[in-house]
Amino acid sequence: MTKAAALVVGGLITVVAPIAGLFTFLDPLRRKAEARGLVRVAAMGSLPSNGEPRKLPVLDTLIDAWNRTENVPIGSVYVQKTGKDTVRVLNAVCPHLGCSVGYNAAKHGYFCPCHKSSFSLDGKILDPKSPSPRGMDELEAEVKADGEIWVKFQNFRKGSVDKIPV
Amino acid sequence: MPRESTNWLDQRTGYKALVHEALFENVPGGARWRYVWGSTLVFFFSVQVITGLFLWMAYSPSSQTAWESVYFIQTQMWGGWFLRGLHHFVAQAMTILLVLHLMQVVIDGAYKAPREINFWSGVIMLVLVLALSLTGYLLPWDQEGFWATAVSTNIIALSPGVGSAAQAVVVGGTDYGHHTLTRFFALHAGVIPGAIMLFIVVHIYLFRRHGVKPAEPKKGADVGFWPDQVLRDAVACLAVLLVVVFFIFRYHGAPLGAPADPSEQYSAARPEWYFLFLFQFLKYFPGSAEIVGAIVVPMLLMAVLVAMPYFGKWKLGHRFNLGFMAAMIAGATLLTYLAIRADENDPEYNASAAAAEVDAARAVELANAGIPVTGAAALMREDAFTQGPRIFSKNCAACHRYDGHDGLGAALPKDSISASDLKGFGSREWLGRFLNPDSIVTLRHWGGTAHKDGDMVSWLQEKVPEFTPEQKQIFEYAQWALSAEAGLKSQTEMDVRDSAKIAIGLAFIQDTAKGCTSCHTFRERKKDPPELTGYGSRQWMIDFISDPAHERFFGDNNDRMPSFAKEKTLTLKEIGMIADWLRGEWYVPPKGGAAGPDVKK
Repeated sequence: MTKAAALVVGGLITVVAPIAGLFTFLDPLRRKAEARGLVRVAAMGSLPSNGEPRKLPVLDTLIDAWNRTENVPIGSVYVQKTGKDTVRVLNAVCPHLGCSVGYNAAKHGYFCPCHKSSFSLDGKILDPKSPSPRGMDELEAEVKADGEIWVKFQNFRKGSVDKIPV
Repeated sequence: MPRESTNWLDQRTGYKALVHEALFENVPGGARWRYVWGSTLVFFFSVQVITGLFLWMAYSPSSQTAWESVYFIQTQMWGGWFLRGLHHFVAQAMTILLVLHLMQVVIDGAYKAPREINFWSGVIMLVLVLALSLTGYLLPWDQEGFWATAVSTNIIALSPGVGSAAQAVVVGGTDYGHHTLTRFFALHAGVIPGAIMLFIVVHIYLFRRHGVKPAEPKKGADVGFWPDQVLRDAVACLAVLLVVVFFIFRYHGAPLGAPADPSEQYSAARPEWYFLFLFQFLKYFPGSAEIVGAIVVPMLLMAVLVAMPYFGKWKLGHRFNLGFMAAMIAGATLLTYLAIRADENDPEYNASAAAAEVDAARAVELANAGIPVTGAAALMREDAFTQGPRIFSKNCAACHRYDGHDGLGAALPKDSISASDLKGFGSREWLGRFLNPDSIVTLRHWGGTAHKDGDMVSWLQEKVPEFTPEQKQIFEYAQWALSAEAGLKSQTEMDVRDSAKIAIGLAFIQDTAKGCTSCHTFRERKKDPPELTGYGSRQWMIDFISDPAHERFFGDNNDRMPSFAKEKTLTLKEIGMIADWLRGEWYVPPKGGAAGPDVKK
């Protein structure tokens, strides 16, 4: 009887602190990435007309736990002119494991310095031996009447064949 | 676990003997409630280690992030308030448990030979736990912790010789800042708990070596630690825990004041309640003798505590020790009581404590909309609701009043009023009183100024009494029209609703023969000052406060009001905050409250 009581009471008092801590520890699980609207990234006129991509930072409101900062880089994109008023916008990180992808002007393609994935100008996998499971992530973009390019900036789950927003 | 694998493990670790050793310690005379205190302390120390580690995962020690991260834990993270509350109130409980443990040890004579070293290790841990409280108090970086800890570190500087060097080392420089927090945090979460763990090992080892010092007379036969004493220990822990949980819910976690701001006076700074006796004690020492109260006397008392095992050898030594301890506890209780009573009867303290609560709530309200990287203190410094009354009390309340007080709620001597009470300035209600032949000459408006003998007053006193009821009505509408110039947020709806009546009033203002513009400049009508265009609007007020002697306003007739911007007494930003505050314009959280920085506005 005493033993049982000691076990019960002892167990009860022991679990309080770890449980209280675990709740707070698991808090990130209930936080979702913010759904962003369109963000202005550049003017059409600033892009080379031969379709050469330009790497541009995306500036928007950054919310980092308690901080809220307006107009700071939240990521970067490659923007290429594909027509008179059409563009292609690619998220500049590798869909494999998130390294920053570089553009090689001589080879007209994107190359990831980490695990050597390579992508063609339209973002598709170039070398079939690339470890990346999918091509670079294309983002929704819109060229407004005034020639400004607006992008819906998003990140996607890394390492999966499908493009799943995070 | 099957026996085979327990044997496998035991052969390699010898854990069975260890468990046996831990659980079957002999308790001479049987389990007793008075032996629980040591165990409760070990238990609650573990609770602090666990909750502390989890808090660590969310805490960020720097001047711009400490308060902010604690705010985030307290108000945004899942169960964060409970975790903080647990850490905070268990810390308070441990202080009480330490005193109880010390009392039990002294009363039972467990400090005497051969247990001296164990007693001393306990005294060291007592000091270490108090050091934990002291360092932990600063970590949230709120006004309370900041100012109270500034006092404790200044006490360090009092010590002769190395004092100020020691202070600089502890504080991480000459002023409080990032390195104060990184150092206090390292002490609080690393150095001190590490030292305590070491001493707990020594303490328990020595305790085991010498065994329980039984309280005489023994009540029964010897038993093992498990299960009787374990049950008593666990029940004691549970009881304390229940009290702690009660306080966590009662105060919704641990308190968090407004963010620390070295430029912001904080008159309600007090140490944690268990240091209040020291705080009170210091009041009895004049400046030159401060060191006696702050360092010499506490050191001497600690020396007596440390010397208890020696006194215990003498014939009446044990009684002396008991008396000393009783006197210490009684003295500390009395001093604590005096400190609390002094605060209760101190109107300045109470006003300050009440203002601190308002600030704390406001800081959270502002933080909920997202904190800039410059930190929450910067938010508070630019908040009209917070700064308006402060600037007013310092710069305006020498002549003006705000609803009869100085803006912050403090009463002022009646004979110091010389200018208008500015609460509701520009509103219909305020103008109704101001443009009234009787009340304009009271102290609430121009009674204390040279303007009481001016043209405005004589116009009111000549004309208004002779108004027909219809003219009275039109004059009231004129006041509404003038009030609409201010564009007050509180009157937006009224201004729209009464637009027809305001138009009638406006016609009176613009009547250059009998109306306001017979004297005043208003819109395209250029006549005499003060100008009524935009009267009471933000810009009008800023311009007026900047330079009331400007030809747009009182010009040569200005009666003693300083030109705050022209004389560089106040910046335009400060003047703007006074205007915003008087106009009732400040950030108001959206209905239902901003849920937090990570919720999109």
